[in-house]
Amino acid sequence: MAIRRQVLKGALGLSLAAALGSAAFAQDAAKVGLILPMTGPFASTGKQIDAAVKLFLAQNGAVFGGKKIEIILKDDTGNADTTRRLAQELVVNDKVAVLAGFGLTPLALAAAQVATQAKVPEVVMAAATATITEASPYIVRTSFTLPQASEPMADWALKNNIKKVFTVVTDYGPGIDAETSFANKFKAGGGTVESVRVPLRNPDFAPFLQRASEAKPDALFVFVPSGIGAQFMKQFVERGLDKAGVKLIGPGDVVDDDILESIGDVAIGAITTHHYSVAHDSAANKAFVTAFKAANGGMRPNFMAVAGYDGMRVIAEALKKTNGNTDGDALVAAMKGLSLESPRGPILIDPDTRDIVQNIYVRKTEKKDGELFNVEFAIIPMVKDPVKAAKKQ
Amino acid sequence: MLTILFDGIAYGMVLFVLACGLSVTMGLMNFVNLAHGAFAMLGGYITVLLMQKLGVPFLLTLPLAFIGAALIGVILERILYRPMYGKSHLDQVMFTIGIVFMAVAGADYLMGSSQQIIKLPSWLQGRFDIGGVGVGRYRLFVLVVCGVLAFSLQWGFTKTRFGSRLRASVDDARVARGLGIPVNRLFALTFALGSGLAGLGGALGIELMGLDPSFPLKFMIYFLVVVTVGGTSTITGPFFAAMLLGVADVAGKYFVPEIGAFIIYVLMVVLLIVRPDGLFAKGRA
Repeated sequence: MAIRRQVLKGALGLSLAAALGSAAFAQDAAKVGLILPMTGPFASTGKQIDAAVKLFLAQNGAVFGGKKIEIILKDDTGNADTTRRLAQELVVNDKVAVLAGFGLTPLALAAAQVATQAKVPEVVMAAATATITEASPYIVRTSFTLPQASEPMADWALKNNIKKVFTVVTDYGPGIDAETSFANKFKAGGGTVESVRVPLRNPDFAPFLQRASEAKPDALFVFVPSGIGAQFMKQFVERGLDKAGVKLIGPGDVVDDDILESIGDVAIGAITTHHYSVAHDSAANKAFVTAFKAANGGMRPNFMAVAGYDGMRVIAEALKKTNGNTDGDALVAAMKGLSLESPRGPILIDPDTRDIVQNIYVRKTEKKDGELFNVEFAIIPMVKDPVKAAKKQ
Repeated sequence: MLTILFDGIAYGMVLFVLACGLSVTMGLMNFVNLAHGAFAMLGGYITVLLMQKLGVPFLLTLPLAFIGAALIGVILERILYRPMYGKSHLDQVMFTIGIVFMAVAGADYLMGSSQQIIKLPSWLQGRFDIGGVGVGRYRLFVLVVCGVLAFSLQWGFTKTRFGSRLRASVDDARVARGLGIPVNRLFALTFALGSGLAGLGGALGIELMGLDPSFPLKFMIYFLVVVTVGGTSTITGPFFAAMLLGVADVAGKYFVPEIGAFIIYVLMVVLLIVRPDGLFAKGRA
């Protein structure tokens, strides 16, 4: 009897504490407005980032610096007008401390003004045009920039006896970024470049690839948004460019880990430079990949997921540093100069540009144990965004 | 150079199969069916699902895509379309564009929004050289299939009893009815045929045009251009219009990639100024 009473008391005490505790947390919540394309053509970006954010909070608890992080997920369907409206609503109605997500360049830019006026940090977890971080002093990026991933490709190509390159990029911000940064660097090193740009809405690459094959280049440099990478790779092989000895090179978007399996064997042999591969050999990455797959029914994490994971970590670390102060300026100040060990390797938030500094890896697509992977074979350590670095000089 | 011509013709062939159903229903029933692309998408998804989930070989999925789209076409014609025949064109356009949006959202919900990818059998992959001209095997296959289809359609339309009844009904539905032609059943059949062809085109086009939920919207313009330029009273009109557009599109992107995507619109404007009633109009009535 006595024992039972004590148990009862204990239980009562516990539940009381829990009730009090949750009340205290509710007052001390730091809301994060996560705006992602969860439907529409770029939904895979949204799904990857959302899953990674959830994984981070499940692994690390949600309380940092005395504040409980609450995620408010909104779907902008990849439409910039919607992104701006959602950002406004999140800031005004929900009083979020941080805006995060942003699947594409125009979406990140659409929210920039809101971030500046409301003094709310905007953590960009996907969009990769170089100039985004210049649009607002409150933007912090945890993904990558295309010039950051493309320039090292030029160096690698020059070193590996590639003299003539034909570039095929999708005709919008990131594609143009990739083309110009690669071409400038490659020409400066003595190579020759020919370029075509493919309209965003047309997945028939036949005429562009025909041009490429007639130019007889040593390598074909390609950037397409990750979803249509499969289409491109197939037509590349259908046109016999691989047999003609043309190497396929470019930033890693075209061999996105998420769709690599469905692209199939035609991807084998592609050389790409990127900041993350699911096959990255480190203990931190193995733990990340295992946990991510377990939580998402075997789905592979890709570079979007790792950026979402790290973005959440940057927000958490900043909250710890400010002791739970959610003032926008304080948070951005705390994020600047943050240095973390990510599943992709070491990363640093550049204190001058608020952009990410990270290793870029040269990878080759190979088949291992019946699955396709981008296997890293060289590292260019701690690359800064070259566009902003050039402006400073 | 010849490779470009070949690629363009293959592309045009798929466009023709996709759009001819639309031109038939438009000419026949005077009904503006903007949801035509939704049937094409349906056919595409039937192929994708059969191949991915059940491992059905690609060739076998093609007739199934045709039948599936035709079947859904008949059902929808019975339930939804028939009451719309008598309404104004604006009502029809509003109604069918609504169906398009529902199809887009439905496909997104059921199939996910990513591009669908199929694996072709190995004998359709790659290419071979014929006298120095590189010919993609799959494109050649598409060309043959669509060529046979176009030929038999033309034959069926002009030479068979079905075709002559059809033409009679189009010319004057009331008199045709008076002569004992079952006009309603004829229209339903034609609608099914048109939808089925769209479904087949969608399935053939996966490899060339891609397939995602926005397909009906993305290619609606192309279908409409084919129909406007080709006219709606024949099979040959849309056929040559589709060829012309396919070749112009591919060649435009090859020779002047900077403005390649606009070439077909320029072509359409020019053609419509020169021949306002379509390529092969018999002159104004």
